[in-house]
Amino acid sequence: MPTDLAVLVAAAVDGDRSAFEELVKATYADAYTLAFRLTGNEEDARDVVQDAYLRAYKGLKKFRGDASFSTWMYRITANCASSYLVKRSRNRHENLDDETHLADERPEIDPELRADAASERRRLADALESLPPDMRAVVVLRDVYDLPHEAIAAELGITEGAAKVRLHRARKRLRERLFPLRAERDGEESAHAV
Amino acid sequence: MQCEHVHELLPEVVDGNHQADPDVVDHVQGCLRCQAELVQYRRLLRALHNLRTEVLEPAPGTLSGILAHIEAVGERGAIRSLLSGRRAAYVGGLAVATAAAGAGAIVLLGRGKRRVRAA
Repeated sequence: MPTDLAVLVAAAVDGDRSAFEELVKATYADAYTLAFRLTGNEEDARDVVQDAYLRAYKGLKKFRGDASFSTWMYRITANCASSYLVKRSRNRHENLDDETHLADERPEIDPELRADAASERRRLADALESLPPDMRAVVVLRDVYDLPHEAIAAELGITEGAAKVRLHRARKRLRERLFPLRAERDGEESAHAV
Repeated sequence: MQCEHVHELLPEVVDGNHQADPDVVDHVQGCLRCQAELVQYRRLLRALHNLRTEVLEPAPGTLSGILAHIEAVGERGAIRSLLSGRRAAYVGGLAVATAAAGAGAIVLLGRGKRRVRAA
């Protein structure tokens, strides 16, 4: 943990509210980015991140310092986003069907035909957004934020096995979406033994 | 071993956390189709990992919203502790007053008895 953050965390744990506010200022953009990746829109991300910092403030005494403050915030943010998305799906009847076909079949988006990094990044963000929220959460936490399976399972309220299954499916979907021509062609070809 | 079987395993083995079966490794080494798919997964993982460095601009009002929430909770906590302090003082005062009243009553009773005996 950077020294400045460590000092602020220590002061905040001792009850210094202004130190906690400084911590918020130093880390909120990062937490917001994660919240946005998990929820897929600004308004929800803002609600999630507010809730996350409130929980962090109330639970600061529980922060043991064995992980960085940022990682601790990622876990809280993931937990808040998970609860938020469950509530949202109840209200909006969001389609969580795992079998939804998401592959984008436009040939012009084959990444081999496009080397532009910004475009690839945008397409990846779009592909992530198209995933069902439960799959998106796992792949973002694991493959973008490097959280261990155990932590992901704990924050999302699922088993480690379920987290791994969701990750497997999410990676497969993303590959199919980002590399549509190959996926389609592979689907048409018959299996061959080597 | 068939490509379909290997394709099912690639999303797990691509990050190196899951040890691939030697048969799978042998198959991939000799199969261009599976190699191509593995490359796609590696590319996907690299792109996902690179997203980590991207920090989005938070929506306007996010920081002030967070700070306002924390301030509200801090103030509620302060009010609660003030009230609980006052409650303790009130209960303490009541206890002292009761004890004083009891002591006064005992003293008065004692004087009354002495007067009766003197009479």
